[in-house]
Amino acid sequence: MIDTLSTHYNYWVFAFLLVVGLYSMMAKNNLMKKLIGMNIFQWAIILYFISIGAKRGAQIPIVAGAHGQGEELAIHAAEYINPLPHVLMLTAIVVGVATTGISLALLIAIYKKYDTIEEDEIIQRLQQ
Amino acid sequence: MIEQFPALIVVTPLIFAFLVTMAGLWNRKLCFPLVLIALSASVVFAGGMLAVVISGDKPIHYYLGGWAPPWGIEYVIDHLNALILVSVAVISLLVAVYAQKTLEQEIHESKLPQFYTLFLLQITGLFGITATGDMFNLYVLLEIASFSAYAIIAMGERGADFAAFRYVLFGTIGACAYLLGTGYLYIITGSLNMADLTPLLPHLFYSKALLVGFAFLIVGIGIKMGIFPLHIWLPDAYTLAPSAVSALLAPLFTKVGAYVIIRIMFTVFDPSFAIKLYPVTDVLGWLAAIGILFACVMALAQSDFKRMLCYVIVAEMGYILIGLASANRFGLTGAILHIVNDMFMMACLFTVAGAIFYQTGTRNIYQFRYLHRTMPIISALFIVGALSVVGIPPLCGFFSKWYLILGAIQAKQWGLVVVMLLSSLLMAILFFRVIEIVYFAPPTDQRHAHHKHGKTGIVMDNVPLSMVIPMVLIGIGIILLGIFSGVIIKHVIAFAIPSM
Amino acid sequence: MEIVHSATPLVALIASLLGAVLILLAGAKRPNLREFWTMAAAVTQFSLIYSMLPHIMQGKIVVFTIIELYQGISLQLTVDSFGMLFALLASFLWIIVSVYSIGYMRTLNEHAQTRYFFCFAMALFGAIGVAMAGNVLTLYMFYEILTIATFPLVIHKETTEALRAGRKYLAYLLTGAAFVLFSMGLTYYLTGSLDFIAGGFVAGSGSQDLLRLLFVAFIIGFGSKAAIMPLHEWLPSAMVAPTPVSALLHAVAVVKAGVFCCLRVILYIFGPELLMNLGLWILLACFVSITIIVANLIALTQDNLKKRLAFSTINNLSIIILGAALLSPDGIRGAMLHISFHGFMKITLFMCAGAIYVATRKENISEMGGIGRQMPFTMAAFAIGAAGLTGIPPVCGFISKWYLCLGTLEAGQIIFLFVIIASALLDAAYFFPVIYNAFFKKTAGKTPRIKEAPVLLVAPLIVTTAFSILFCMFPDAFLHFFSLATRSVQTIMGVL
Repeated sequence: MIDTLSTHYNYWVFAFLLVVGLYSMMAKNNLMKKLIGMNIFQWAIILYFISIGAKRGAQIPIVAGAHGQGEELAIHAAEYINPLPHVLMLTAIVVGVATTGISLALLIAIYKKYDTIEEDEIIQRLQQ
Repeated sequence: MIEQFPALIVVTPLIFAFLVTMAGLWNRKLCFPLVLIALSASVVFAGGMLAVVISGDKPIHYYLGGWAPPWGIEYVIDHLNALILVSVAVISLLVAVYAQKTLEQEIHESKLPQFYTLFLLQITGLFGITATGDMFNLYVLLEIASFSAYAIIAMGERGADFAAFRYVLFGTIGACAYLLGTGYLYIITGSLNMADLTPLLPHLFYSKALLVGFAFLIVGIGIKMGIFPLHIWLPDAYTLAPSAVSALLAPLFTKVGAYVIIRIMFTVFDPSFAIKLYPVTDVLGWLAAIGILFACVMALAQSDFKRMLCYVIVAEMGYILIGLASANRFGLTGAILHIVNDMFMMACLFTVAGAIFYQTGTRNIYQFRYLHRTMPIISALFIVGALSVVGIPPLCGFFSKWYLILGAIQAKQWGLVVVMLLSSLLMAILFFRVIEIVYFAPPTDQRHAHHKHGKTGIVMDNVPLSMVIPMVLIGIGIILLGIFSGVIIKHVIAFAIPSM
Repeated sequence: MEIVHSATPLVALIASLLGAVLILLAGAKRPNLREFWTMAAAVTQFSLIYSMLPHIMQGKIVVFTIIELYQGISLQLTVDSFGMLFALLASFLWIIVSVYSIGYMRTLNEHAQTRYFFCFAMALFGAIGVAMAGNVLTLYMFYEILTIATFPLVIHKETTEALRAGRKYLAYLLTGAAFVLFSMGLTYYLTGSLDFIAGGFVAGSGSQDLLRLLFVAFIIGFGSKAAIMPLHEWLPSAMVAPTPVSALLHAVAVVKAGVFCCLRVILYIFGPELLMNLGLWILLACFVSITIIVANLIALTQDNLKKRLAFSTINNLSIIILGAALLSPDGIRGAMLHISFHGFMKITLFMCAGAIYVATRKENISEMGGIGRQMPFTMAAFAIGAAGLTGIPPVCGFISKWYLCLGTLEAGQIIFLFVIIASALLDAAYFFPVIYNAFFKKTAGKTPRIKEAPVLLVAPLIVTTAFSILFCMFPDAFLHFFSLATRSVQTIMGVL
């Protein structure tokens, strides 16, 4: 148990962050807090992806002497960190930013219309 | 030329989305023609690909940027997604034509360019989700479709922004779950390409991580497509959205989600994973059964026509899942056919809801009294859509239901058979309740007054032709899809079903 | 058996569909054109169907495949002798009832006449489709079209009572359809085919218990339309519909379609041999026997003439099914003959009830004292029709009941002979008071003058009465019902 905790502690961190995010999305009444929860949730996943690409003692994935000169060199994938998850997460970060942007825009619109971002008060006003 | 179509179908609406924004700065009247050009082109692309796939019996592969898979992103068009692409393209073109006039009423003129931009981005996303052969690319396109959906829904009536915010929260959880699932698959296989994953996964079937990843994928897509019990965001969002948006999103987005589930369960994962190894299909089947009954009952409780239809969607998604749950040729034939049929049925019903709102300004079904006298064509279209959902042959809804029932019988899932039959009866109650009001509302003082003057004549609909014509085409589509369902199955769906 | 491929069945079907569309286009503003389309569609349809009769009489069947659907299923029209019998009956009576409808609707100045004639044509589309369906799926399709098209006719009056009747109607019939859908799926699963074959095709495809379940589901499904007790509730309620609707749809098209489907199930899906082995025929026979007796007893208590006729219909429908359930050649022949002969007689009675209503606005039997002197032609026709249903020669009901009785003897089931005879006695018991009342009851005050309903209402019922008598003398005249029934029995029993 301790062993898994210590070697895979990164996963536990992400799981914790996910739960924190989910909790605030579900339990908080303030829409801004929900939005922050949502962000935590997203970032947990992004961190998770980044950490799966990392390796202890590996170098950045730039192969020396490529482009017609390095074909004879044998490349050991283990010596490099995996770039793909990182590249993917660039896209995911963009997606996350866009989500945040849209939600903030919505929040502003909601605040202008109802003068509040407390969920129960908005529902109350909508029912009037 | 034709080998470029998979990319073109996604890129064209994307580029035109930006063109629409630009043109909108200069002259707002240009936006709508641009949308039409983009969507007509998409119909051509989709139709062309379907024709090629049918004649060649071989999928079209397209490597984005020339990078060969599994490193690059690959678009694969086979029988299954060519069919979906064509339906999406046709419905979105028809809805776009229909949308123009409803927008004049519902959206402020200054927001039209934004609206059309989002409209096209939405369709870009849907095309992309359907065409792509890459798990991560699917996520990105899913988010493109979702973002435009969030924004475009918020343009709706009072309360739409709040509904959209809730949709953002749910949608993001869904997307993140999907991303997490993809991450699991990537960790254990090192690949994101669907075709590449297919041979890799069976070796890992007993891995717990794979199961968890699979669960995340299904839940993620499940939220996006609104299957019970993950549908809670759906009625609010689709009810309060502008008419044109609900007519676009309600038929298409949920069905494309269903396509993704089929893709993941039966192409990426070997069918045996979800059928034999883990009782995934059984669980889905029972969820679907409960969901259908729940949705029917909820729909009965609504007086808002559009909200009622939203619950009908939840029930219809249940039908598709029942097809997957039977996990045999009949069931899958029914499920795939139902995806296409339901696009047309829901497009028909939601456009009808929009048209009624356009003319009368109400969505309350109790105010639809004698609507057929002022809106005969729209009412007739409503009957076509409603009877199709109830499952009256020769309308298309019957045929998909027939294959779904055959599938459930063959799988000896008697409970599901009973649920399907029961739900058709509930649907009949649901829709005949409205038909009764529209055509034969029970007498009140008003009606007697009507009779005394003897003026029971019928006035033609006061809805512009640009709305009526696409709606009539959708209605004809419902009938033709029914009569020619055999042709579709023989030439397309028969090849789209994985061997089990 | 020789097969003729021809598009005539489809064209005949399309005639009523096209008629319906043209009726709708003509609309309320051009009533004469609209009624012209009704008549044109009816006559065209009948003549097209009649033109296929020579093929059938030569022992061929006419087949037209509309479209292939999926492995072994297609939308297919097949006209065999039994289908021909029903198609001829329905399309011929449509012409007569159309004339009657025009008179009825115009005299009463009813509302929504366009909808009425449109739905009438659609209902005929469904009924003829049921008659010509070559497999269960096609049958189901037209069966549903018939159900839906009749719904607006049932609630034509749009009163609360009519709407309630309409809901009841839909509830029973759509639930029935769900059972049919289930059994259809099961049949396809078991046999991989849905095509009707004289003598049945499901034998040996599943365990006995499964086949029993299948049969029960089928009969519950179609039995709801055939108004077998306890699924009959909707039929008396549906009598709120205008009388021509009750006449054609509730004496001929709708309920007969139910009976027709039941017979298709018994004879063309299961077949006599299999049912005999399964032992289910006795269960069905008992059920319908109870219906026969109970319906007649209830009919005795009804004062509303149309309701009384409705229960009489329930009774006769069950007699038809009883004939088929006995699985003896003469019983089946009697059943098939009774489908057509009962159609002619019952439509006469309903049209009489409508004529009385139009002329006097009376619906209850107790008010009809001395009405025979006021409307001698109508009531004479009523008397003849009633006598026919009781089984008195020289009206055609005698012929069909004779064969039904022979059928019971042939099957060696004397008890059912008594059922039929008892029902005939009860028929007499509830019909003769009406006739007695009409002709012999003294009315207070002066003798009313002869005041018949308009000629458009009286002429059709005289024609059907004449046919009822003609068919007793010459059962094979004109429409050849007798040879068609005989030929069907021969193909089912395998002797040709």
